[in-house]
Amino acid sequence: MLNITKNANGEELQINLEGRLDTMTAPQLEGELKTDLGGVSTLIIDIEKLAYISSAGLRVLLSAQKIMNKQGSMIIRKPSEEVQEIFDVTGFSDILTIE
Amino acid sequence: MSVLNIRASVEELNRVSAFVDEQLEAHDCPFKAQMQIDVAVEEVFVNIASYAYAPGDGEASISVEFPEPGGEGPDRPCVLIRFEDAGVPFDPLAKTDPDVTLSAEERAVGGLGIFMVKKNMDEVHYVYEDGKNILTLCKYL
Repeated sequence: MLNITKNANGEELQINLEGRLDTMTAPQLEGELKTDLGGVSTLIIDIEKLAYISSAGLRVLLSAQKIMNKQGSMIIRKPSEEVQEIFDVTGFSDILTIE
Repeated sequence: MSVLNIRASVEELNRVSAFVDEQLEAHDCPFKAQMQIDVAVEEVFVNIASYAYAPGDGEASISVEFPEPGGEGPDRPCVLIRFEDAGVPFDPLAKTDPDVTLSAEERAVGGLGIFMVKKNMDEVHYVYEDGKNILTLCKYL
């Protein structure tokens, strides 16, 4: 299960993810991003409460990063130690801006 | 050893994950190892569900075992998770690893699944036997 909450403030969009970003839930986030990124120059994805990420979730983050590289910046906030380790082994730590 | 026979469909992923988690929790598996195992199980099962029988349907079997150290398996505490399917022969380990040093622009979206399995598990073995793909994951505990 994945809960997505969004806060939009001008050209900044913050998305908070809670739960699991996996094969079943990744399309949900992908759909939200597809409709929401127009006119956004700063995308912040807070994953403090994200317990789990699989390659399906990484794919969605990579797609979002590619879009934001063209129109602004994307920041990933507060990954758990376990999620950070997934970013590390997959090289995503170097691709994503993680705070 | 516990075994789950299930339709090889992505819709069954939650049941597969729940089955494996139940076994891991019963053996007090550390949280970090459990998450790594969950990731590997998802990648392997989704692969089977997506490709083994495409475009048709078929079954997969998943077994979880905690062998006694010193037997036939590794000589240390571990969990063995074995996936079997009777689909097209496919060795997921034969694939070249993706280049994880590329930038976002250069990276293909995808191709990470099996790489994550290899990185997160201590041993991964594949064999095609009696018309079945058999992939065994081993994680030291």
